[in-house]
Amino acid sequence: MSHAGRLALVLAALAAALLATAAIAVLAGSARIAPGSVAQALAGRADPASTEAVVILSLRLPRIAAAALAGGALAVAGVGFQALTRNPLAEPSVLGVSSGAAFGVVVGQLVTTGGGIVADAVRLTVFGLGGALLAGVAVYLIAAIGGGLPVHTLLLAGVIVGIFFASATTVLTSLLDINRLGGIVHWLLGNISPIAPAPLGVFALLAGLGFALIVGRARQLNLLALGEEAAVQLGVAAERLKLRIFVGAALLTASVVAFAGPIGFVGLVVPHALRLVLGPDNRVLAPAALVAGGAFLLAADTLARTVVAPAELSVGVITSFCGAPVFVYLLRARPRGGL
Amino acid sequence: MSVLLEVRGLDFAYPPERSRSAPRFALSAVTFTLARGEILGVIGPNSAGKTTLIRLLTRVLEPAGGDIRLEGTSLRRLGRWELARQVAVVPQDVPPGLPFTVEQVVLMGRYPHAPRRFFETAADLAVAREAMEATGVDELAQASVQSLSGGERQRVTLARALAQEPRLLVLDEPTAHLDLRYQAECATLLRSINRERGVSVLLVSHDLNLAAQVSDRLLLLNEGRVARLGPPAAVLEEALLTAVYGCPVVVDRHAVTGRPMVQVAWSPLSAEGR
Repeated sequence: MSHAGRLALVLAALAAALLATAAIAVLAGSARIAPGSVAQALAGRADPASTEAVVILSLRLPRIAAAALAGGALAVAGVGFQALTRNPLAEPSVLGVSSGAAFGVVVGQLVTTGGGIVADAVRLTVFGLGGALLAGVAVYLIAAIGGGLPVHTLLLAGVIVGIFFASATTVLTSLLDINRLGGIVHWLLGNISPIAPAPLGVFALLAGLGFALIVGRARQLNLLALGEEAAVQLGVAAERLKLRIFVGAALLTASVVAFAGPIGFVGLVVPHALRLVLGPDNRVLAPAALVAGGAFLLAADTLARTVVAPAELSVGVITSFCGAPVFVYLLRARPRGGL
Repeated sequence: MSVLLEVRGLDFAYPPERSRSAPRFALSAVTFTLARGEILGVIGPNSAGKTTLIRLLTRVLEPAGGDIRLEGTSLRRLGRWELARQVAVVPQDVPPGLPFTVEQVVLMGRYPHAPRRFFETAADLAVAREAMEATGVDELAQASVQSLSGGERQRVTLARALAQEPRLLVLDEPTAHLDLRYQAECATLLRSINRERGVSVLLVSHDLNLAAQVSDRLLLLNEGRVARLGPPAAVLEEALLTAVYGCPVVVDRHAVTGRPMVQVAWSPLSAEGR
């Protein structure tokens, strides 16, 4: 089968899985709504003021969209960071980039106000991107030794930078008035909430931009796995490529952090599972991660809002429960320091 | 024979901040030509500038002075894709843990021919298959590169370079990790590729005897300068090598090929020490 044919098949299978997860997610919830009523609400045949219509159309659907988008963005960011560092353990939260983005978002909330819901979303993402880039550069400067990025040094640098920015965020939140504190703490744990159509559009646009930056250079990322010098000798502009992938992955991370908070390990678990099945080709991995990441986080979020219903868990807690064992496994199983 | 590669007055020094982590390598006033179809062996002690020369030839580094011309065109005026279509490097090895299959790695050699394409075409695959057959790794196409022996990996990187369809093949210490049998295979393969495809070869090697057997001419570098350039018999002279390597050597004739063969002249002291 041709490369393109195989990719189409993979994406179709993953899209089916995403739709199936979405179907379960729209049916499940603390408000018990019969499948018939759900179908009616989806078809637009329910009374717009009815509880069913409000729950389905204003709560569950926007939340499903937000979860799928955030999951896809995080998984693609993971693929990007992993190709960039040639290390399967690299991921926005492990590298401290999520913490940097969270710091940026909190700064954005403190120093600016007003301007409407869309402008707010864009501004917070831009601040988040600033924080993510700052953290990423810090990790790189700490970990880069003699032109290389040793795996363990990189991980330690990520942990340290993550702790630093988390502490800085804590300092900032203590400056907030007590009424906003609860919301911030809830957000810092990583929580998907329904997003209104306009800001959701902004989220999709920003994440789409980050995705395009990465997937558009997926072939070059494969060559980067041969080592930077070998990639240059094959005609890849390695420095420009790395900058582009870094900005793309940071933008994906920042948009998720701005809209849902720092949710860990999605970028670790999803690319790893996909690699086992699909192999290492980034041209397949990156698009597949977009869809599979969406399905994974949607499933996690549905679990988060149903297991202890009517209360809710943070989805970040669930992804960490999945991610920590995968991290340990990858750390132990890593073949001779490579990808 | 017409000139393929012309290197004139090539100067280079690593910036001071980088030489802190590594010894200070440099090249100064390096001049030589490589004819179309020729195999030129580049030899010399550690830090003579051999690897730096490869990096300058492939524009990983830019020269501080002098010029490198490929078929009369300065490298500075070639785009990176154009350069990669003409000059292919065979590195010592692939990075440890490289997760790709043999076929995927060889297909990477097609990148400079259509860098804006997302996937390789059937025509690319045909070139890659032919390259894998030429180096005898076609049956390993679907195997993971990681699972191969050092000699097999060497032939995979050679196939990847052939898939670039270059005019000039640059080999960086091709036998560094290979035992005797693979060294012999590598030498035979290199000569047949050179003869059958008309590809010129720049062979950078620590192994003086391999270089002497395979090369038409040798370029001996020492401390970044050309110590001598000429046929193996003219370069591999006892007095010259003893001076350059700082250790006494004996040069014999190879029993079969008649080419020079270099051996360390073990001092009586170390013989007694046994």
